[in-house]
Amino acid sequence: MTTSGYLIIVILGLLFLVIFQIAKASEYVSVLKGEKKAMEQNNRINGFLMVVFLVVGLAAAWWCNELLYKKTLLAFPAASEHGQKIDTMLWITLGITGFVFVVTQILLFWFAYRYQASEKRTAYYYPHNNNLEVLWTAVPAIALTVLVGFGLYYWFKITGEPPKDAMEVEVTGHQFAWEYRYPGKDGVLGRINYKLIDAAKNNPLGQDWNDAANQDDLHPSELHLVVNKPVRLVIRSQDVIHDVGLPHFRMKMDAVPGIPTTMWFTPKYTTQEMKEITKNPNFVYEIACDQLCGNGHFGMRGVIVVESQADYDKWIATQKSQYATANPNLLPAANPGTAVAPGADNKPLANQVQESAGKPVAQSLSSHK
Amino acid sequence: MSNEAIIQVEHGAGQEIHELHEGHHHHQSFITKYVFSQDHKMIAKQFLITGMIWAIIGGLMSVLFRIQLGYPDASFPILEDIFGHWAKGGKIQPEFYYALITMHGTILVFFVLTAGLSGTFANLLIPLQIGARDMASPMLNMLSYWFFFSASMVLFSSLFVQTGPAAGGWTVYPPLSALGDASQGSKIGMDLWLVALALFVISTLLGGLNYVSTILNMRTKGMSMTRMPLTIWAILFTAILGILSFPVLFSGFILLLFDRHLGTSFYLSDIVIGGKVLPNEGGSAILYQHLFWFLGHPEVYIIILPTMGLVSEVMSVNARKPIFGYMAMVGSLFAITVLAFLVWAHHMFVTGLNPFLGSFFVLLTLLIAVPSAIKVFNWLTTLWRGNIQFTTAMLFAIGFVSMFISGGLTGIFLGNSTLDMHLHDTYFVIAHFHIVMGISAFLGMFAGIYHWFPKMFGRYLNSTLGNLHFWITLVCAYIIFWPMHYEGFAGMPRRYYDYSSWESFKDFVELNKVISFAAILSFAAQLMFVFNFFYSIFYGRKVTTMNPWHSSTLEWTTPINPGHGNWPGEIPEVHRWPYDYGKDGKDFIAQTTPVDESESKH
Repeated sequence: MTTSGYLIIVILGLLFLVIFQIAKASEYVSVLKGEKKAMEQNNRINGFLMVVFLVVGLAAAWWCNELLYKKTLLAFPAASEHGQKIDTMLWITLGITGFVFVVTQILLFWFAYRYQASEKRTAYYYPHNNNLEVLWTAVPAIALTVLVGFGLYYWFKITGEPPKDAMEVEVTGHQFAWEYRYPGKDGVLGRINYKLIDAAKNNPLGQDWNDAANQDDLHPSELHLVVNKPVRLVIRSQDVIHDVGLPHFRMKMDAVPGIPTTMWFTPKYTTQEMKEITKNPNFVYEIACDQLCGNGHFGMRGVIVVESQADYDKWIATQKSQYATANPNLLPAANPGTAVAPGADNKPLANQVQESAGKPVAQSLSSHK
Repeated sequence: MSNEAIIQVEHGAGQEIHELHEGHHHHQSFITKYVFSQDHKMIAKQFLITGMIWAIIGGLMSVLFRIQLGYPDASFPILEDIFGHWAKGGKIQPEFYYALITMHGTILVFFVLTAGLSGTFANLLIPLQIGARDMASPMLNMLSYWFFFSASMVLFSSLFVQTGPAAGGWTVYPPLSALGDASQGSKIGMDLWLVALALFVISTLLGGLNYVSTILNMRTKGMSMTRMPLTIWAILFTAILGILSFPVLFSGFILLLFDRHLGTSFYLSDIVIGGKVLPNEGGSAILYQHLFWFLGHPEVYIIILPTMGLVSEVMSVNARKPIFGYMAMVGSLFAITVLAFLVWAHHMFVTGLNPFLGSFFVLLTLLIAVPSAIKVFNWLTTLWRGNIQFTTAMLFAIGFVSMFISGGLTGIFLGNSTLDMHLHDTYFVIAHFHIVMGISAFLGMFAGIYHWFPKMFGRYLNSTLGNLHFWITLVCAYIIFWPMHYEGFAGMPRRYYDYSSWESFKDFVELNKVISFAAILSFAAQLMFVFNFFYSIFYGRKVTTMNPWHSSTLEWTTPINPGHGNWPGEIPEVHRWPYDYGKDGKDFIAQTTPVDESESKH
């Protein structure tokens, strides 16, 4: 590295020296030739380059699209109903802005080429034209009204109330991982108090055990959703601001400490279906943290499994309530008759405690499985 | 110099006080002439050169993090030789990476494109173009520079503290920036960052108040507001934006300092960090974002408006044609200024902001596209049927318009909350704002530097190097940022140190190499410009005529190397607007030329 590194630096230095000498020489030549002559030549060269840049640039943009389009999310349908609306909006905007882009760039570089200085021409004194100015105030205003109209129509659909049958899941971010909580049988997420957060006491989310609604809340290590069933995410953070970024669903919402946020969407395709759609056998729905949250930001990854109702039911039945894990002794005595973790959760509690001691609960649960 | 001799004569005739004062100092000491100078032209040069030094540092930082992004698996032992444990094993470490991107943003946005740009051209052009001997308060003007200088020193020193400089992104959102336990960069480096920026705000306010009062009060006879060049209008609006919004940012920073050290809870609530439960309750992390973006958004116009002014002026001069729609240009500057205050929350669509409130910000944000579009169409019409001289400045002005179109149009995506939900904090955003306020602003600034360099130093920049500088920069800028839109469409988040562990984002390895290569090449081209700049100050071709670009504005009626006071005799009187190019078959008519009876009206 070092020798080749020095070599590169020497070569670059020499290259620069050559460029500089040429530049110096051309300046002397232009002084000798006379400034006017030199400027004429300069105008011809740059005028020509303007049109070259336009043509090559547009061709390169086309080529770039050929190479990269298939790597974007636009090459496949969005995986949520909201996402499909967002994609429609994206195409409308791309159409309008793309048209304006091509026309204005062509005009810019074409005018630059066409009206380069020449002895034959004098500039046209044209200080203003009210009609033209009204025209290009009105036309963009109309185009933007259309965009605002579509945008807000979708925006209110997407941020509006979720359907009544939506399932609810809590997603909590902390440096540098995501935690998930399901409300369990009662469909209610129990009360949380951040002062109760204590991994050593098996309470990584700060659930308040005095709230009966907490007793059946589940805390699995993965986020499972049901295809075609709306889901409302309640998003929290325990430390700094994170962001639940869901590129395939086209959704995004910050996780702010002290201020829970929500978003809802309806997954359209199961993970399995997406593997076929994208022709990528390794496809997974990923949660990407989209708000800089510290050194580990780039590794703050979560996985979502979208599956059929039947598969989901099977999976959720294998999950145990966090209450059972955290309070192995209290469970039967303190809360007789309340919603105890059902079904598969009735394994010997002592067993669970041993396994989860000193380990994050989520891990112990999955290893148990 | 003869200039001073004439001022002495004037002193006898009872002219302004400070001229008289100047007249006595035949031999200014090095200190008063070059260091603690109160001459607006010298202060402009100080801002420019300090800004250039910062630009080199900030640019170098981008080269370093582009090395990481382009070659995440490679190891460069030389980096470890230079940066020690920050680049252990020749690999840039995550904490170094995040410090680099944070400082790159801070330096470029504030220290280069705000101070370096406004500081340079407001100081240089206001007195010269409105016909004033100096700023309203040369003393405050000097202080403005020295506050900027001390801000620079504090920020520079933060690069050398053991825990490193701030690393929470240039927006330094709390709680990350408020809690030393959350990140190494949130320790002492963050305090230095806040102090530096507080000093910076003071500098901006001193400068801004001075610019506004000078423009409003010190125009020469005949220089009505509607006869001012667009550069001056742009600088006026820029200064007003800064005066009204920087104090809000300042308050945000002070509250953040309180939260960091005095145990307050303005931004903090319900936090557990490193297993420790913090007592803070009831604060709002979102409050900071409101305070920050209340400046943060006007800030992008603080950056772009002056360059719009510079480009308008350069374009009109070199197209040998009046700027099209002068009043529309002023009106659109005004509209942008007003709207700039009303759009800040479009940076916060996904923070949990009330969607109904968000809808107003969508409307107002997209509204800004209208005055921006007017400006673009007016520039295009200015070129139409012109007689275009491709001076280096003109090349950069044309490049500016191209970049401004490209970057402006993508703003329509991000200002629309529906799309922002998808594109927020992806590479699409990086592409958008680098093109529209990074590259555009730089191109506009270069247009200004190449155009007014002869006024600043009495010599020309080498135009062959200038041509190379322009074409390499323009091509590289598109190669770097155009493909980033695609990365954004792939949902690729910004501010990631490494993408290899992500199934969704790992398809762009080759592209990132290309981008990094182009970034390094364009950095080299900027170094070439820096060399051209300093070489030409001392050895450039000398300017031999007072008005090398055949321009009609007042600065070209001063001597080639104007002394303090600018005009040796009386300040010229102005009789017309600044854009009479090609009128009645004349190449140009200077502003100082009285209107002739036979002239056509427009």
